Amino acid sequence: MSRTDVLVSADWAQEHLGDAGLVFVEVDEDTSAYDKGHLEGAVKLDWKTDLQDPLRRDFVDKEQFEALLSAKGISNDDAVVLYGGNNNWFAAYAYWYFKLYGHDAVKLVDGGRKKWELDSRPLSDAEVTRPATQYTAKEPDTSIRAFRDEVVAAIDSKNLVDVRSPDEFAGKLVAPAHLPQEGAQRPGHIPSAVNVPWSKAANEDGTFKSDEELAALYADAGLDDGKATIAYCRIGERSSHTWFVLHELLGHADVKNYDGSWTEYGSLVGVPIAKGA
Amino acid sequence: MCGAPKQGGALAGIDLSTQTVIQGSVWHDGSPVAGAYVRLLDATDEFTAEVVTSPEGEFRFFAAPGEWKLRSLAPVGRAERVLSAEVGLNETTLAIA
Repeated sequence: MSRTDVLVSADWAQEHLGDAGLVFVEVDEDTSAYDKGHLEGAVKLDWKTDLQDPLRRDFVDKEQFEALLSAKGISNDDAVVLYGGNNNWFAAYAYWYFKLYGHDAVKLVDGGRKKWELDSRPLSDAEVTRPATQYTAKEPDTSIRAFRDEVVAAIDSKNLVDVRSPDEFAGKLVAPAHLPQEGAQRPGHIPSAVNVPWSKAANEDGTFKSDEELAALYADAGLDDGKATIAYCRIGERSSHTWFVLHELLGHADVKNYDGSWTEYGSLVGVPIAKGA
Repeated sequence: MCGAPKQGGALAGIDLSTQTVIQGSVWHDGSPVAGAYVRLLDATDEFTAEVVTSPEGEFRFFAAPGEWKLRSLAPVGRAERVLSAEVGLNETTLAIA
């Protein structure tokens, strides 16, 4: 796996807008950005309404994913190119999700919507419709998804990477600082987790740092190459960004994203919690 | 949710006796800058959060008392400001030179 297999530059994306067999997809939690202007021809996915089950706390199942992609006009043969706001958090989440359901031809636009805007590249407000398809997903690949019991079992045995900000890790904040500080969870982090904020893997324009810088970042943080790794954050989207770095860019073999993350772990009865830096 | 909520607007529903709100607007050349990326950095210069300004150039963070740095990025340029926040409303302005 090399960087060019999983990532495209904004220049490349701009040159290939409209190519047959290539579907650009913008993924956001707040899709009002897409509605004001998006990459020419890109369809949108709403993290909350499209990718999360409307009733249970879980993401959409195989059948719901098939229905979603079919309705968006994405076929099994299409190469999917994802980008989005929040430094590609939700695009990275969708990337992980496409991989989980077996769609291998998927890439991220380096820097996402942010770099695109900072470069003043063209955006379109034209409505995008694609003819419906008959998409077939594979069974979910749980080798990249961690559940709570294995997270508790991983304390002091696997690498646990908490990718939230230092203040969230320390228990000073319970949510990222653009959100009100409320919630049922106890603040803190999973014992034995190392804190490597997702933002350390990105440049200010939202692009990923070089492979050399990334390798040094996790080595310096004490990540043991010989062990399996589980990444988590608050709801699993920032940790998708780190999962992408560790598994897709650096090629670590056994890396899982714990999408239950702190909103689940910090609400569990009886599990150990650590506080402080 | 970790996605950035819509920026600006009233403080209704926000408990200023417990929340440490840092808010303000980004200006350039006498006008507010819409769509600027504003990030909040902690006392060690580590990224804490980022939002995109509203059509009126506004941003808002929910932080904790202490020292913070605000940095804005936009096609027209960048600006930076250090501030000390307390519980309640902390207002500031970022001017891009």
